[in-house]
Amino acid sequence: MAFNHDLIERKVGLLGVLTALTISVAGFVQIVPLYFATETTVAAPGIEPYGPLQLEGRDIYIREGCYNCHSQMIRPLQSETERYGHYSLAGESVYDHPFQFGSKRTGPDLARVGGRYTDEWHRLHMINPRDLVPESNMPGFPWLADSLVDPAGTPGKMAALRAIGVPYTDEQIAGASAAVEGRTEMEALIAYLQGLGTASRNWK
Amino acid sequence: MSTGTSWFIIIVTLLNIAGCVWLLVANGRAVDPAGTAKDTGHVWDGDLQELNNPLPRWWFWLFIISVIFSLAYLVLYPGLGSFRGVLGWSQSGQHAGEVARANAAQKERYARYASLSLPALAADPEAMGTARTLYANYCAACHGSDARGGAGFPNLTDASWLYGGDPDTVLASIANGRMGAMPGWEAALGGEAGVDEVTAYVLSLSGTAGDPGRIAAGEAKYATYCVACHGVDGSGNPALGAPNLKDDVWLYGGDAVTVRTSIAKGRQGQMPAHEALLGTDRVRLLAAYVLKLSSGDGST
Repeated sequence: MAFNHDLIERKVGLLGVLTALTISVAGFVQIVPLYFATETTVAAPGIEPYGPLQLEGRDIYIREGCYNCHSQMIRPLQSETERYGHYSLAGESVYDHPFQFGSKRTGPDLARVGGRYTDEWHRLHMINPRDLVPESNMPGFPWLADSLVDPAGTPGKMAALRAIGVPYTDEQIAGASAAVEGRTEMEALIAYLQGLGTASRNWK
Repeated sequence: MSTGTSWFIIIVTLLNIAGCVWLLVANGRAVDPAGTAKDTGHVWDGDLQELNNPLPRWWFWLFIISVIFSLAYLVLYPGLGSFRGVLGWSQSGQHAGEVARANAAQKERYARYASLSLPALAADPEAMGTARTLYANYCAACHGSDARGGAGFPNLTDASWLYGGDPDTVLASIANGRMGAMPGWEAALGGEAGVDEVTAYVLSLSGTAGDPGRIAAGEAKYATYCVACHGVDGSGNPALGAPNLKDDVWLYGGDAVTVRTSIAKGRQGQMPAHEALLGTDRVRLLAAYVLKLSSGDGST
């Protein structure tokens, strides 16, 4: 039996439709099971949605492109868990939209950075990393200390996240603006960083 | 993984492999012994024909081999839904094995370290080699790769200590952390003028000359507000981590502006606790390393 592909080759429209169909089926079978696997849909122990200030910090993390140099993905290798702590689990990222796994480590992994350094260390380090680590090639982000978080945007961000499955309550969303009012972007980013990986401390 | 999801993955995976085999067989054709390949009947640009030769044999068998490989893989390793594979391999299991091997390799070494006192550890080259690596990873971000610290982060190479430099105290500082709490005194001292007076007096304690009247006024205020922690003569109190004000060692800086800021706004120095993070053995190694650094042999 020889399938005649003559028709497909001559009809570009049909070729397009069949190509789209093939890709759709492939996407369907690969992506859909993830919506039903508990490993990827149920939060790991102790994982909570970000608070308003942390959420704003997360957005600054994305805005400044921190993910270009810092991963948040500790692989299950002895050398990594020795340095950073427990390897990352899919259940840690269930409230991360988008997740911040990253793919490049010019700087160290940050998945477990919460509590490793003090708030003051982060503040000084963000203003000029070389004040603390002379060998560092990380750029400074001094303007974060001077610019305030916009409190008007926070409730909308939380409502949007709730629409895609992050369990924020009405009270949390109602109190979001007040929680970030008058806080600097530096404070927000530090709040975000200081929360990263803290739940994993109790996993051992 | 639910049973439904598992079966979904199993069926799709096996159907996919079966489909690949069907595609190969259905479209394959035997080698034409006469060597007269048929064309597909397509003609492009007037005279270009598309031949329909059979697949090269090596390519055909490579395809078959990869199908066999994938089936063997799915039997041996996890891949088919929740089926674990007959080898029982898992990523977390491999990691646990790596960790167990590394711990076994270090066990003897750490057992010997645990039997040594901190001063003996500090004199042990092998232990200090391990400690230097630990220091670079866990301590250098604040105290510097040369251990000389920075503004707000103590220098570990000198003989000046906030909380004390005996082995037990250094060990406690690393294991349990420290919270330095200097309140801001601007309001209590009566605003800027009062802060300026105390600043002049504090600087005079370490030998910086200033206006005598201002220093005298500052001394009076010092006797009221500062003695409780920094002592009558300004020599500090290691029990509280209150710095000695008479020496030339400054945690945040000894210029008038910085000292003034420290007095007016206060300082909150914080050393995180490391015992939970690193474990007792490594904290002991680091304490010994800090003792070695501060003993003045100069090497880091």
